[in-house]
Formats: sequence, C-alpha cells, structure tokens
Amino acid sequence: MREILNMGRRDFLKTGTLICGGLILGFYLPLRESLSGVSNPTGGPFMPNAFIRIGTDEMVTIIVNKSEMGQGVYTSLPMLVAEELEVDWSKIRVESAPVDPAYNHTEWGVQGTGGSTSVWSEWERLRKAGATARAMLVKAAADIWKVDPGSCRAEKGFVIHNPTQRKISYGKLVEKASQMEPPKSVALKEPKDFKIIGKPRRRLDTPEKTNGKAIFGIDARVPGMLTAVVARAPVFGGRMKNFSADKAKAVPGVKEVLQIDSGVAVIADNFWSANKGRNALEVVWDEGTLAAHSTSGMREQYMNLAKSPGAVARKGGNPESVLSNAAKQLKAEYEVPYLAHACMEPLNCLVDLRSESCEIWTGTQFQTVDRNSAASVVGLKPEQVKIHTTFLGGGFGRRANPQSDFVTEAARVAKVVKKPVKVIWTREDDTKGGYYRPMWYDQIAAGLDGKGNVIAWQHTIVGQSILSGTPFDPKADVDPASVEGAKEIPYEIPNILVDLHSPKIGVPVQWWRSVGHSHTAFVVESFIDEVAHETGKDPYAFRRKLLVKHPRHDGVLKLAAEKSGWGRPLPKGRGRGIAVHESFGSFIAQVAEVSVSAEGEVRVHRVVCAIDCGKIVNPDTIKAQMESGIVFGLSAALYGKITFQNGRVEQSNFHDYPILRLSEMPLVEVHIVSSEEKSGGVGEPGVPPIAPAVCNAIFAVTGKRIRSLPIRSEDLKKG
Amino acid sequence: MISLDINGKKYEVDVGPDTPLLWVLRETIGLTGTKYGCGMALCGACTVHVDGEAIRSCVTPVSSVDGRRITTIEGIGKTKEGKAIQEAWIADDVPQCGYCQSGQIMEAVALLKTNPKPGDADIDGAMSGILCRCGTYQRIRRAIHRAARMMAKGGAK
Repeated sequence: MREILNMGRRDFLKTGTLICGGLILGFYLPLRESLSGVSNPTGGPFMPNAFIRIGTDEMVTIIVNKSEMGQGVYTSLPMLVAEELEVDWSKIRVESAPVDPAYNHTEWGVQGTGGSTSVWSEWERLRKAGATARAMLVKAAADIWKVDPGSCRAEKGFVIHNPTQRKISYGKLVEKASQMEPPKSVALKEPKDFKIIGKPRRRLDTPEKTNGKAIFGIDARVPGMLTAVVARAPVFGGRMKNFSADKAKAVPGVKEVLQIDSGVAVIADNFWSANKGRNALEVVWDEGTLAAHSTSGMREQYMNLAKSPGAVARKGGNPESVLSNAAKQLKAEYEVPYLAHACMEPLNCLVDLRSESCEIWTGTQFQTVDRNSAASVVGLKPEQVKIHTTFLGGGFGRRANPQSDFVTEAARVAKVVKKPVKVIWTREDDTKGGYYRPMWYDQIAAGLDGKGNVIAWQHTIVGQSILSGTPFDPKADVDPASVEGAKEIPYEIPNILVDLHSPKIGVPVQWWRSVGHSHTAFVVESFIDEVAHETGKDPYAFRRKLLVKHPRHDGVLKLAAEKSGWGRPLPKGRGRGIAVHESFGSFIAQVAEVSVSAEGEVRVHRVVCAIDCGKIVNPDTIKAQMESGIVFGLSAALYGKITFQNGRVEQSNFHDYPILRLSEMPLVEVHIVSSEEKSGGVGEPGVPPIAPAVCNAIFAVTGKRIRSLPIRSEDLKKG
Repeated sequence: MISLDINGKKYEVDVGPDTPLLWVLRETIGLTGTKYGCGMALCGACTVHVDGEAIRSCVTPVSSVDGRRITTIEGIGKTKEGKAIQEAWIADDVPQCGYCQSGQIMEAVALLKTNPKPGDADIDGAMSGILCRCGTYQRIRRAIHRAARMMAKGGAK
C-alpha cells in the first residue's frame, strides 16, 4: 500500500490506476471542516480516498483507516464496503491504512480513531466506495459482452448478465475496470435490501488473535533493532538534574545510556538488559512544582473552588431563587478519582530513523498527529515519516495522545541512538505515566415543590479540562467534555444551572473511554435516584415521568426494566439499580442486580443492558462492546483510583490498580432497540450507566448511598 | 548455553540465566505470541505450558526450564484441547483487542487437560488469574463450555 501514496496527487485523483495487478479505487469527497492547529501537508477542500484493492487473485483488500483496538472496526467497516461491493465475504482481507489525507476522519480532518465515531462517520463514504467499485466492475463486464450495464448484476464477486446468465469474476475484470472512469454518482442500497449490514458477522481478526500471529506494536521488529527503557521523572513536570550511567552500563547487554527530553534512556540488546540497566541507573531529579502534590490537597482545593460560582455551561429559568425557596432542598457532594487506561499492552513504539526517512511501528489511535509530531522531533517533513499501525492491545483513548507522548519520546531516543529502537514501557511506567481521566468533585442540588415535583436543579463541577491544548480545544470557558452528560440532562426540570471550574493542575489528563460521561452519568444518575427515593417514588417510574420529551431515553429505560424483571421479587439480599444515559449518539439503560456481603464486598450478579444506537451494522459487535463497556466501568466503580502523595503516583501495577477478574464477571444481557435513526457509537456508551446502576442497586439493598468512587467495602460493612 | 524445547523444536540460547522465559521467547526466539503485561505474574498474558502445566513466563527464569518441554500459543493448536479451544474462541467471537488472549487460551487448554468437563465454578477458579481489560470474560466462559462439548463429541473439526 505504501507505494500508492508515493504516487503524485494527480495520478491518484485520476483514479483507476493499475498497480500490483489490482484495481485501486480512488475517489474523493468534501471534508466538512479542518481542525485548526493541526497541520495538513496537502491541504485543499477535496481529498482522495483509497479503500479497496481487488487483485487478479480475486482477493479483496479493504484498507481500513481506523485503528483496531478491540472494538471491531476491522470487521464492521469492511461490512460497509462489502454490502455495496457484492463480494464473497471469504475473499476479504484487511490492511491498516498508511497516513494520508485520503484516510482522514470525515469530521476531524486528521486521521484518527476515537469518540465512538468510526461506523457512523464512515457509513456513507465506505458504502460509496463499495458501490463505485461495483459500478465500474459491472461496466467493465458489460463492455466486454457489449451489453447494457443495466442488464447486469453483481453478486458474490461476479458480474452476471441477467438475460444470458453469463458471468465473469471480479479478478478477471481488474484490468478492464482499471481503465474505467468512475461514475459521477452511485445509488446506494435501500436498507431493506441489505444482506450484510445489520446481521451478525464473526470478526475477521479472530483467527490470528487465537494463534499468536496478530502483531501488536510491542511485537514489531526490524533488523538491528535495539530496545530502550526510559527513566522518567517521578513527579509530573520534574526534570533530570544529573545522572551517573556507570552501574547501568555495567549491565551485560546495555549499549548506551543517553539523556533525552523526558529523562534518561537505557538502550540495550533486549528488554531485560535495558530494564536491569534502568534499575541500576542513578538519577537526581529536579522534582519541580508538583513535588508536594497530594490527592488530599487537591480535594481541599476543589471543595473550596466549588463554593464560588463557576463558568456557566447551562442556565434555564431561575435556578438559584427557585432552589432557595423550594419546599424541600436536596444537596449532595460526589467525587471520582483520576483513572488510568491500563491497556493490557503497555505503551511502546518502534522507530527506524534514517537520514531521509523515518518509519514508525506502533498501535496508535492518532496517526496524523503522531506523524507530524514525530517529523518535527526528527527534523523531517511529515511526508517522509511513515506510520505502520499495528493492532492495539487496548486503546480506550490513551493511544490518541494529543502530545504524541509515547511516539515523540521514541523518536527522540532514535535520534540520539542512531539505530532502529523500540521503546517499551513497563506496566509500572504505563500506570504512572499520566494522561489520566481527571479527578472530579461535584456539588449537586435539587429543589422540590410541595407535591414532590423537581422544580430546580443545580450542578457545580470541578475538574481539569481535557480538551484544552488539544486539537479539539474549544478555546472557551467551558470545556464541553467537562460537562457532557451533565449539561443536557434529559429530565424535564424548569430551572437549571450547570457551572464549571477548570483548575489548572500539572497532572496530564486525557480522554478515557466515555470521557466526561464517565463521571457525569455517575453523578446525575445517582442523584436523580436520590431524589426519587426522597419523594418515595419508584426510581424507574420517577425517571419515566421526567423523560416525556426524550422517547429514546424512555425506550431503552422501559426495555431494560422489562427484561430485568424490574419490580419483581429478587432472592433475599439482592437489589436492583437502574440508570439511563445518552452518549456518543447512543442511548443506553442498564439494570444491575447486586448483593453486598456482611464485610461490605459488592457482588454484581447480572446486568441487563438496553441500547438504542440507531441503525446497526454488526449486532454482535454491539453486544461485545456493551459487555466490554460494562466490565470497564465496573473495574472503575469497584477498584479504579490513581492517587498522589509527595507528587508521586501511588499505584504501579495490577495489584494496586486492579481490574475486574473473570470470577467477578456478572451475567450480561444486551437488548438492541430496532431503529432507523442515525447510527450512534458503541465503543464508549456502555461505560457511563454501569457505576450509577450498581450504586443505585447498593442503595436498594443496603440503604447506603455511594457518592464517591471507587466503592469502599468499609463504607458498606454491617454494624 | 541453555537448551530449550519449544513447540517440539530444539533451541540453544545464550542469555543471562535470570532472563525471564517470556523475553527469551519473544526476543531471542522470536515467538511474539506470548505477551508481556505486568512482569509480576499478576495478569497472565505471558502464560505458557512447561511440561503441560500453565506457568507465568514473565517470572520464570529461563535457566529453570532448561531441557523442559515448553508449549506456546504458536504450538498449542497441535494439541486436541488447543484446537478445540481455538475453534470455540472463533465460534464465540471471544477476542476484542486480543492482547490477553494467548494467555487466556493457554490457561483454558491447561484447564481442559485436567478437567475435560469444567463447571462454571471450575472455570472461574482456573481463569481468574488472566486479566482482560476488554471484558471478554462472559465469552471465555461460553467458549470453554463449547470446547468441552466439542471434545466430548470427539474433538475439534
């Protein structure tokens, strides 16, 4: 594929260029808008795309521009192409796209994967890619037969002439089709004619993920490659003062010990030597301004901030006066900690830097940004830098780093060592490496009238901005990612105020699967439950009454309640909790069934999940992503926290940053609402509702309200 | 020199005796299917078989397996349990990101070798040492049951 991108732009636009005995289909569509602050080397309002390669061997290669990190895009995106291309599914294989504007995200203007956007953003472009290819193949066959293309159809990799039933395979049409002009417009199928979209399909990448063949970034190798482990400052913002390399260099296998921007790199023949070398290294750090930073200090600061009015994210009616004059006021404080992504594959990046080129192998979600950042570090033009996107051993947002931290650091190591080098982060490096989900502190209040109606809602949020300084920086007082899910609550409340404090703290933060929703859903859906109980109403019925203008919320809530047997008796000691939340264009309700032991240990037995994500592509992927989001959210609710003492992160590995184990896995049932609405995302939206559903269930079974995550067994202990 | 028998093939490796088997497999031999996740036997991504038993290769010094029979994910498909597990994994679409799955499969095969008809509690007990951040646990349970049924009916296809 790399050769294709070396072609001139004009060749590319001409489309139908024959390369390697295959048809490369290029076409272009307007880009909605470019992001400011991200340089785009070619520019221009129209950009070429190249997603399909059909070989004379009948193999159909789909070049996928999204990173496969478990969410199933290497299957769902080929399904979009295959639906229109009318290809034999067994002939499809997938290649990861190189970095090129042709592969930019349709909305972001850079190449990247995130925000649960892959399927809906490619919904039209990839179907058009498939339909255009099919039209050219049909035309090619019709020309050979000297018949009207309208009398031919395409089916399972063949063009068939309807009146005579003659057929030619796609592979045999490659050369002819390559000389065709692409049609100016193509008709896409009506949903009723879909054969692939909307039906369960097994993942294409499973075989290689069960036999050890799948290549992740950490598996990439080039001849003569060295391995580096980096000693980084123990405190964020710290700098290396001086170091002694003697003991590190004495470790067999260690080749060099070199200073880089982020610390000291120990470079060796292999990981074990490099890591031993780093352990032996003596470094004196200037710990910087965060040397005394602590979670308790931050908490105090946040609580103080919440006392004053913040930047207004939403104001409707007269919230302050209605609240203070309400017949009844409910007030609560909620808090959640920093969280690490903890991908199973620790961060890593392989860089092969030459005088005129640079090749990078890594599992990234942010190709254009990484390529441009690496180019600037090594002093090459962006087009001289190639990124090979491998499989990602989990991403969850961490591998879309706006500063390209793990890529630029590896580029800096390559620059000083002057040999191909792979930087591997240990689990401890990864856990302590920052770019966390921010810690949040919330104050929330509701005013009730004499009849128990909610007449006012006031929500103050304190926490670091995620988008500030990224390509998505809103350059405004209110970072939308800080208030998403809190600002646009679906409940019908006449007087509402949501305000925000965004303190600047030197701890690097980043999007973490479901971003702001990971915190706001917990606060809003727990507090609405508190209000329901306060008024003596059933929390399910109470929500429905307030959801009159939000039928999709109401629809999933009702479905989850019905399927879970809401209101029906449970075995003794079990309770149910419900939550509903919209994020990334999808609507999800979850009912959790929970018990709490005398020691305060929480056990989640069953989760019923209802999702309305509009039009669906692969229902099995949706189910898998709901299971996945629920587990991810449960790990956070039950265990997840990153804390600071003396400026240092207190957690390091899975013993002190635990994630859910198989024995703790609840039975998860997923129910998908049939819908013709625009597709929403599925990678992230399964996460937000689970923490409140579980905590609401804990309240149902113990009468104790959890307002701080992770849940602590000592708070739930009997007696 | 240390002699290793990996997936039926003999290797002589010249590495420090304390080097964990994991890194010898990955870097010296080039079998990258076995994964690094934690380095402390906490996550199980590095699980391989030594004389048929599942061990955590990230904390196993290579000198301790000198001359012993090592099976990795690359070789497990040659066993009847391995083949059944791989087929069941495909049928139930278990993996997501896939990074932990070598460890999951190696542990699941070890379970089936000693307990061909495991119940849910057996599966929970055997598999809880292998972490999956994507949350494929429900499918792992289902696929182990499927593999056990396949084995009972005379093995994988």
